[in-house]
Amino acid sequence: MSAGGPEAEIARIAAKAAHERDTAAAGIHVGQALRRKEDPRLITGRGRYVDDLTLPGTLWAALVRSPEAHARIVSIDSSQATERAGVHGVFTGQDMTNLQAPLPMAWGPPGVEVRNPPHWPLARDKVRYVGDPVAVVIGEDRYRVMDAVEDVLVEYEALPAVVDPEAALEEDAPLVHEELGTNKIHEWPLEGGDVEQGFAEAEVIVERRVVNHRTSGAPIEPRAVLADYRAGSVTVWSSTQIPHYTRLFLALMLGISEEKVRVIAPEVGGGFGAKLQIYGEEILIPWCSRRLGMPVKWVETRSEHMATSHHGRDQIAHVRMGAKRDGTITAWHVRILADMGAYNMFLTPLIPSLGAFVMGGCYAIPNVKTEIVGVFTNKMSTDAIRGAGRPEATHMVEVTLEQLAQELGMDRLELRRKNFIPEDAFPYQSATAVVYDSGDYEKTLARLLEHVDVDAFRREQEQARRQGTLRGLGFSTYTEICGLAPSRVAGPPIVGVQAGFWESAMVRVHNTGAVTVYTGSSPHGQGHETGFAQIAADRLGVDPSVVEVVHGDTGFGPEGRGTYGSRSLAVGGESVAQAANQVAAKAKLIVAHKLEAAPEDIELRDGKFAVRGSPDKGMSLADVAGEAYLGIDLPEGMQPGLEMTNFYEPENFVFPFGAHACMVEVDTETGKVDVVRYVAVDDCGPAINPMLIAGQVHGGIAHAIGQALYERIAYDENGQLVTGTFVDYALPTAAELPSFETDRTETPSPVNSLGVKGVGEAGTIAASAAVTNAVIDALRPLGITYINMPLTPMRVWEAIQEAQNGGAAA
Amino acid sequence: MSTTVPVRLKVNGVKEEIDVQPRLLLVHALRDRLGLTGTHVGCDTSNCGACTVHLDGRAVKSCTVLAVQADGATVTTIEGMGSEDQLHPLQEAFWNDHGLQCGYCTPGMIMAAAGLLAENPNPTEEEVRHALEGNLCRCTGYHNIVRAVLDAAKTKSATVAQQQEVTA
Repeated sequence: MSAGGPEAEIARIAAKAAHERDTAAAGIHVGQALRRKEDPRLITGRGRYVDDLTLPGTLWAALVRSPEAHARIVSIDSSQATERAGVHGVFTGQDMTNLQAPLPMAWGPPGVEVRNPPHWPLARDKVRYVGDPVAVVIGEDRYRVMDAVEDVLVEYEALPAVVDPEAALEEDAPLVHEELGTNKIHEWPLEGGDVEQGFAEAEVIVERRVVNHRTSGAPIEPRAVLADYRAGSVTVWSSTQIPHYTRLFLALMLGISEEKVRVIAPEVGGGFGAKLQIYGEEILIPWCSRRLGMPVKWVETRSEHMATSHHGRDQIAHVRMGAKRDGTITAWHVRILADMGAYNMFLTPLIPSLGAFVMGGCYAIPNVKTEIVGVFTNKMSTDAIRGAGRPEATHMVEVTLEQLAQELGMDRLELRRKNFIPEDAFPYQSATAVVYDSGDYEKTLARLLEHVDVDAFRREQEQARRQGTLRGLGFSTYTEICGLAPSRVAGPPIVGVQAGFWESAMVRVHNTGAVTVYTGSSPHGQGHETGFAQIAADRLGVDPSVVEVVHGDTGFGPEGRGTYGSRSLAVGGESVAQAANQVAAKAKLIVAHKLEAAPEDIELRDGKFAVRGSPDKGMSLADVAGEAYLGIDLPEGMQPGLEMTNFYEPENFVFPFGAHACMVEVDTETGKVDVVRYVAVDDCGPAINPMLIAGQVHGGIAHAIGQALYERIAYDENGQLVTGTFVDYALPTAAELPSFETDRTETPSPVNSLGVKGVGEAGTIAASAAVTNAVIDALRPLGITYINMPLTPMRVWEAIQEAQNGGAAA
Repeated sequence: MSTTVPVRLKVNGVKEEIDVQPRLLLVHALRDRLGLTGTHVGCDTSNCGACTVHLDGRAVKSCTVLAVQADGATVTTIEGMGSEDQLHPLQEAFWNDHGLQCGYCTPGMIMAAAGLLAENPNPTEEEVRHALEGNLCRCTGYHNIVRAVLDAAKTKSATVAQQQEVTA
């Protein structure tokens, strides 16, 4: 045993394993398209989502919400509601003054003032958007509590609403928060190089006004909260992506010591960022449970989701791209006006900035500048929705690049190749203050073109046009920044989120050699229970069927940070790998001791920790666990037991990338756009489970096609939400979407031992630009050169009419 | 609203008698009264189809049916489709083809797909896509759901062919 004892020895062996990149490549289970361990319960109806859980005596909560976009609350009369049979209480903002803090906003970038007025679970004095909650009714029955909501009489003094973010900055605009004296939240710049110089060198400059409209995350499971306060402790089941943060803020806001708060995210029916939030209801429902001494449950209706679960996007950008005649891009300047809605929620004003760090996309643009202005309006808050700032950035750079190609009369793929960051330039210091970890953009584009014959398409397109049908082909070559994140960058010093971004894992081997993995990430459909089991299984010499992955419960396992920003595998999965490596290292020491061999000579082979060169001398994990728990013959100084906890702090972000192509057909009579073909080549490093990757890519693309063609959160000029249900907010159905053609290249990331990058958001980040470029390509024969999303039949039809009427406004 | 009405149902082969408010939706009768929480609610406008069950053998959205309307009917929910030991071919296909991620829309998808296959045992991709138009999924982009339904159709017709062979 070397100096430092067994603990140091375990650390040394585990670290060596982490640096042996071939661990993953040589994996037996890693890389396999294993069927999901999650599925048997889900396909048989035995999943347990929050609304499926009811405790004895559970009361129901329903919220009284503002029908006004902006109004003063004059009075609230709940007497009639309270008198209804079965109603246990009606509470307003004035009843909740014992909260210790308002709802959190976690962003404080160094040197930037971010105006952040208090935001309470129930409005006090004023309402600021349609759906702003003013009271909660608690009763015994799901239906009767809704009746009682109708009986709560709220008198409002309506105030003028400000809905348009540009109008919100005008001198005489109504103020969402009067005490601030302005609707402007903040200004945030990021410049690399010198854009003025870059434009001076440019021979061609393209300018556009790019509108990235407001959308909803719209997981099919709405949000839900069940709270059970008993004897000073509270257990809260919430449909959330971040149970540990929910616990923290419950403790801080309710004034309950953190260890007495347990948050459970059971089965979570999709998130897409909409459940990366600390919502008022997650504080309010436990508050009601404490107040009444009974369990209380609230389940969001779909109408409530559309109105009050945070929205995404909603940016108006003025973009300028400058280039030499030969296609060399010299400058890229983006000014974003970001509509934040009525309040800053958990990460609201941060979101556009996430795009700024990859504003240059996969191009070696020396001079890049992003300027962001955030503004309050009388609408629901925006925050992270799948991609969070990066879909907007990719859309801007990829659509503008194709506009530039048109301007230069240059092939758009040639223009891309001309400006790609070359494969040998990685790690690449971008002009946008980050280091891209790895990439090979030529390779993914070349692979894409094996699937897409551009010349053949051009011939078909021409032929179709002669027959009166417009077809278009659009591309998007993207990179993105994910795997959030190195804390020293994403945290307070640089990006300014007031938190760390590590992830944790605990690997526990039981007496029989069965394994439980606790992860701090919190899946909601991604398949962690399968992928993480594959990672641990390979490192411990067991089958994934005996590896149980436990997540989403603050009552067990180490502190965690949750699932968002395509971080779970690159950060949480790496933590599982490292914890498993630590367990394997301890196992090797035990085996070496028992078999009288050197620890360096113990290797994992065919499910056994065996002595190198003596394949018959070895111990299974079950044998090792038996010794570890018996504890009477272990290496000197070694503790009994066989479990390890790891907190993994990544050294960098990861930057997945890819090349997508979209083919559309446009009906000129109706303006309807059909996606005929969609081909995606993505690179997220070596696959842990290729089936899960394909699933993420499919869903991500569908999400962006939805935004590009169908979905839009719309408010009228008075701030009334006009897309408040699935009747008006058009999620794509199976009938609108094609089958997707997907392929992958594998460029490992040097950041983590698995070599992996995130893929949960990549499809969404890539696809809206490919669709939009395809529609523009289709419409070009009509003289239409640019169009903003959403490319609904109405929008496209109007553009066609305008073009046919010689540019007169339709 | 305090009056209740007796309703008799046969749910997944079990006879049930419950007294319900006349306005109670079938989906809430199944979930809140009978504890069959596999049937989900994802919207309030009958768009999402997460609540799809079989009512007298036909796929319906149980959020658009009052429990009293179902009086005397036979209901099959996802819990009645198969068990972990003996999965229905659609359940098996959804598992094999990664036809689900978060799983929330899945029971409704499987019930709607079963409704389709009962009427059209060998659908084309186009027919599957149109038949599932009333069921929303946010996770999968439908790609693997469609594949699973097509694969289940193949398995089912293979099973039928095999059975015919045996009896012949």
